[in-house]
Amino acid sequence: MPKDNGIGASPKRREDVRFLTGAGNYTDDINVNGQAHVHFLRADVAHATINSIDTSAAEAMPGVVKIFTGADFAEVGGIPCGWGVTDRHGNPQQEPRHPIIAHDTIRHVGEIVAAVVAGTLEQARDAAEAIELDLSDKPAVVNMAAALAEDAPKVHEDLTSNLCYDWVFGNPDDDAVQAAFDSAAHVTTLELVNNRLVANPMEPRVAIGDYSRATDEHTLYTTSQNPHVIRLLMCAFVLGLPEHKVRVIAPDVGGGFGSKIFHYAEEAFCTFAAKACGRAVKWTSTRAEAFISDAHGRDHVTKIELALDADNNFTALRTNTMANMGAYLSTFSTSVPSYLHGTLMAGNYKTPIVQVNVKTVFTNTVPVDAYRGAGRPEATYQLERVIDKAARELGADPIALRRQNFITEFPYETPVALTYDTGDYAATMDKLEQVADVAGFAARRAESEKNGKLRGFGINCYIEACGIAPSNIVGMLGARAGLYDAATVRVNATGSISVMVGAHSHGQGHETSFPQVVADMIGIDESMVDIVHGDTGRVPFGMGTYGSRSIAVCGSAMVRATEKIISKAKKIAAHLMEASDADIELKDGQFTVAGTDKSVAWGDVCLTAYVPHNYPLEELEPGLEETAFYDPANFTYPAGAYACEVEVDPDTGKVSIERFAAADDFGNIINPMIVDGQVHGGLGQGIGQALLENAAYDEDGQLLSASFMDYAMPRADDVPFYQVDHSCQTPCTHNPLGVKGCGEAGAIGSPPAVVNAVIDALQSGGKNVAHIDMPLSPARVWAAMNG
Amino acid sequence: MYEFEFEKPSTVAEAVAALADEDAQALGGGQTLIPTLKQRLAMPSKLVSLSGIPQLKELSDNGGMLTIGGAVTHAEVAAAAADSYPALAELASHIGDPAVRNRGTIGGSLANNDPAACYPAAALGSGATIVTNAREITADDYFRGLFETALEDGEIITAVRFPVPEKANYQKFLQPASRFALVGVFAAKYAAGVRVAVTGASEEGVFRWHEAEAALDANFAPDALDGLSVDAGGMIGDLHGTKEYRAHLVGVMAKRAVAAAG
Amino acid sequence: MAKVSMTVNGKAASGDVEGRTLLSSFLREQLGLTGTHVGCDTSQCGACVVHVDGKAVKACTMLAQEAEGAEVATIEGQANADGSLNTIQQAFQDHHGLQCGFCTPGMVMSAAALLKDNPKPTEAEIRDYLEGNLCRCTGYHNIVKAIMAASGQDVSSIAAE
Ligand SMILES: Cc1cc2nc3c(=O)[nH]c(=O)nc-3n(C[C@H](O)[C@H](O)[C@H](O)COP(=O)(O)OP(=O)(O)OC[C@H]3O[C@@H](n4cnc5c(N)ncnc54)[C@H](O)[C@@H]3O)c2cc1C
Ligand code: FES
Ligand code: FES
Repeated sequence: MPKDNGIGASPKRREDVRFLTGAGNYTDDINVNGQAHVHFLRADVAHATINSIDTSAAEAMPGVVKIFTGADFAEVGGIPCGWGVTDRHGNPQQEPRHPIIAHDTIRHVGEIVAAVVAGTLEQARDAAEAIELDLSDKPAVVNMAAALAEDAPKVHEDLTSNLCYDWVFGNPDDDAVQAAFDSAAHVTTLELVNNRLVANPMEPRVAIGDYSRATDEHTLYTTSQNPHVIRLLMCAFVLGLPEHKVRVIAPDVGGGFGSKIFHYAEEAFCTFAAKACGRAVKWTSTRAEAFISDAHGRDHVTKIELALDADNNFTALRTNTMANMGAYLSTFSTSVPSYLHGTLMAGNYKTPIVQVNVKTVFTNTVPVDAYRGAGRPEATYQLERVIDKAARELGADPIALRRQNFITEFPYETPVALTYDTGDYAATMDKLEQVADVAGFAARRAESEKNGKLRGFGINCYIEACGIAPSNIVGMLGARAGLYDAATVRVNATGSISVMVGAHSHGQGHETSFPQVVADMIGIDESMVDIVHGDTGRVPFGMGTYGSRSIAVCGSAMVRATEKIISKAKKIAAHLMEASDADIELKDGQFTVAGTDKSVAWGDVCLTAYVPHNYPLEELEPGLEETAFYDPANFTYPAGAYACEVEVDPDTGKVSIERFAAADDFGNIINPMIVDGQVHGGLGQGIGQALLENAAYDEDGQLLSASFMDYAMPRADDVPFYQVDHSCQTPCTHNPLGVKGCGEAGAIGSPPAVVNAVIDALQSGGKNVAHIDMPLSPARVWAAMNG
Repeated sequence: MYEFEFEKPSTVAEAVAALADEDAQALGGGQTLIPTLKQRLAMPSKLVSLSGIPQLKELSDNGGMLTIGGAVTHAEVAAAAADSYPALAELASHIGDPAVRNRGTIGGSLANNDPAACYPAAALGSGATIVTNAREITADDYFRGLFETALEDGEIITAVRFPVPEKANYQKFLQPASRFALVGVFAAKYAAGVRVAVTGASEEGVFRWHEAEAALDANFAPDALDGLSVDAGGMIGDLHGTKEYRAHLVGVMAKRAVAAAG
Repeated sequence: MAKVSMTVNGKAASGDVEGRTLLSSFLREQLGLTGTHVGCDTSQCGACVVHVDGKAVKACTMLAQEAEGAEVATIEGQANADGSLNTIQQAFQDHHGLQCGFCTPGMVMSAAALLKDNPKPTEAEIRDYLEGNLCRCTGYHNIVKAIMAASGQDVSSIAAE
């Protein structure tokens, strides 16, 4: 029986009512009295020296309040990078200054060159057209291999080269790794590209800076997944403001997928400009700006080699990857191709030797950072593609080959530094075979062939490390922040509860699922619990939402804080019932004394805490409010197996997804409806990456797919109904809820299944195609078939 | 957008007069023009809306000749031509999305002559006549390359006359992002001969594939196109498909159009 | 500046606008109806879909003055008279057809236009009709399901709740 409330139930989302009636409060819906608007003049060339900027004509234009250039920001810090990676020689990554406004050099199309603040947006745009730029073009570096060549033009003159770092992970002993390959019975090699993507949440970014001269306080409204992190970075590293004078509010946010984690120049600009202009300053990104100013995702080029013994056991894995950083280091950029990627290269398999080599590269392109999955999709894609290719080369069944190499004993220490606490990969594979109806595939293929279509079946496994992360471990690896989270449970005198959480909900449904947990623990109605999020002025602290961490980390903090509340409430109840607190039990919102019929209701205890007339004041403070910070002991390891079935039109190369099945192990589940939705969304994005999406640059550094006219977003008719199952559950062993996180799985697990399926379809049609790089557009598939 | 004046006349004559102002521009459904203005790629002093002129909203079917007013929307054509000219109605019902079809007009589409647009293929493939406030222009004379037409400044498409063929069909292969035609082929069989018009593919814009027409004149069947191909040289090559791919698709879509026309 | 007058969600509304003022800007900025969202500048995302004289249109691609005298319906006017969610809205909530909510107003308005013309659309018809409505969150599964449910079709056999 599905539960109808508490943990494991699927109550309808309470936030939906405002979204469905147009009452949501997104950042662009906010207007501050007297606000001015900023238009950013953005570079339309990828690389140039700025000789001069003449703003005098523009300043005289109607409505102009003030025009800013790089010189205005010479005294403040640059946008910081939050992770310092140490290279294979023990040296720090190369870290260029990342100015708010380009100072003397333009390094990517879309970089801010000047900012015009005016009474209306159109006035600001008019004035921006009157700014005279004197630029000297420089050669653009776009291709990563070319950027690493000896004589390549440098993106940053003050760095030694375009190499950010050259990193090795896993087994660093080249000879030992080579020996494993030399003694292998079979080696499969694959070169592939993990295509560059644009996150494109449907809500473009917005920032509004406001400043009060009366209190010397700044308020920044911004479309962020982590307002406290923005406040910290902006105050400490960029503007040098004391945090208690800055409030960051991220109200309803229309999707993020990683792209709204990072601290962006526009946020610092609006905060700075509001004070400088003496009025609030608002910026609303157009979609066109989003394409050239939101951090992009993925963009890896990899060679992967898998060694197998004569019995098809994986014996060694080696990868060589180039990862694009773009022109500057965005907040989490350097961690993505290193620790978020290298640590996952063992996958679900007991391969004893793994070596991961990564070179990160500066290019004259938009900065690249985390996008849904961040490093884990890149790892999964390589691994699951090379395994599929190996199976094909060896004539092995791709499911059996995977099963044979599964890790089966837990905890398991991988050769790439993680300890998987729990899992059951055979169980998710069993479930997948059932959900995907593997047995029925042959008949479906025959049917497709009758219609002149090629049908293919592809599977893959995935594992991810979520719930980032134990602060001491990530600190050792170079993170410049702690990655705990925090929650404050504030019980009101009449028993209703506000929970201030550091996680931010921008689609994940926290407003519904978090109260389920607290209400379940106390045994009260969910409607008595609300969460508060997205406002540094109301929430004590938090690290925000990304990396599928909200319930695993912030949810755990919330559990800990609620435990403290319950413990204190029991003391109060014990006092009221003249019993020992050890004997007090809490069930369904009633405190009882074990073995008696004495009871006192939740509400009475809460009231007593705030009206402490009959209260143990000498032992206990009045009030009922507790905060917990939770720092996880380990990552969590959601894992699963996915299957895709495609039809390929041999005349045109068009691929259509006919079926998609997902069997996930997310550990315990708070709200199954929301979890399904998270998987669906991830699948949509993963299918988008596999078939449609591609942020392509030309050799001059112009983004060719710079609008929805050329960047293909998945639409309703590009995807099928998905079959999603999460009945396999091995609860996380180290957090109080036993949860693992589900936000990224769909995007991580789906691209290889799609590509594997297309290759299977083509091979079934007698086409000897071993690989096609994503996106598998009709043109690419047709070219591969006819190549 | 730059600021402009807005005028909404109720007769063609008033519209023509309003368009006489320098830098005045006609506004059809705005589905192309407004996004262009948002990018500040055009700077009209005045937009003259054609949506309030009853004459431009007329649609008539005179036994074999379908006349569509210049301001008739794609959705209206999809509904009104379903019986009289199903291939045209089908085409109209797959332009953009429902909201675009509720605003976008045939006059706007033909005046714009986007190389990947659908209506140009129908007009050329049907040997339609473009009727303006000043004259009548045959489709063969009307299309002049990418975004170029025979229209003079200020000239308004008041109607388009489509001779209804014995059979016809339009096959559109979608550009995955914009969903315009990566390649679209309109094939129509008339007593006087077959016409095949191709959109999306050529660097010169919509064109007639005369070789295919000749082959289909002899035998209106997909096989008749076996062995025929367009030269990849003049095709568009971009992010979404090479010249060779587009040339190949022209053949595939032409066959499919003929097959579907029956 | 010119004055425009229209009926919005059954009530008379008017204001002074420029030639270039878009219907979406008029609704959002002058009438405060911020439920109509703007997600792109190429008329593709559909976050801005409203009804003008009963037809779905992209409010970002129509001049406010073109709506002179028109009946305009926005997401704010969709709920039942007693404030409860209408059938489509309720189906979106029941079937988790929204996550971040940004595309949702446009989705609901498009769904309403579809069901008016086609009261029992098939899955394929729904997916086709949503060509101009992008959603980045839901993978469309529950949106399609919600629209089928709103049209009275049994969706219990569709995988996963
Ligand atoms: C999301 C989206 C998808 C689309 N998909 C497709 C597609 O798949 N296939 C396709 O063919 N098109 C597509 N279009 C374009 C659409 O069909 C437009 O409606 C059409 O191209 C322009 O028509 P309009 O009435 O909107 O013209 P407007 O945008 O108003 O005007 C376009 C040009 O024509 C001029 N003009 C307008 N009417 C007249 C007239 N009667 N006489 C003379 N000049 C006139 C204008 O001055 C302007 O220069 C799409 C558009 C969008 C926004
Ligand atoms: S905002 Fe109107 S279509 Fe995107
Ligand atoms: S719910 Fe977020 S875009 Fe659709």
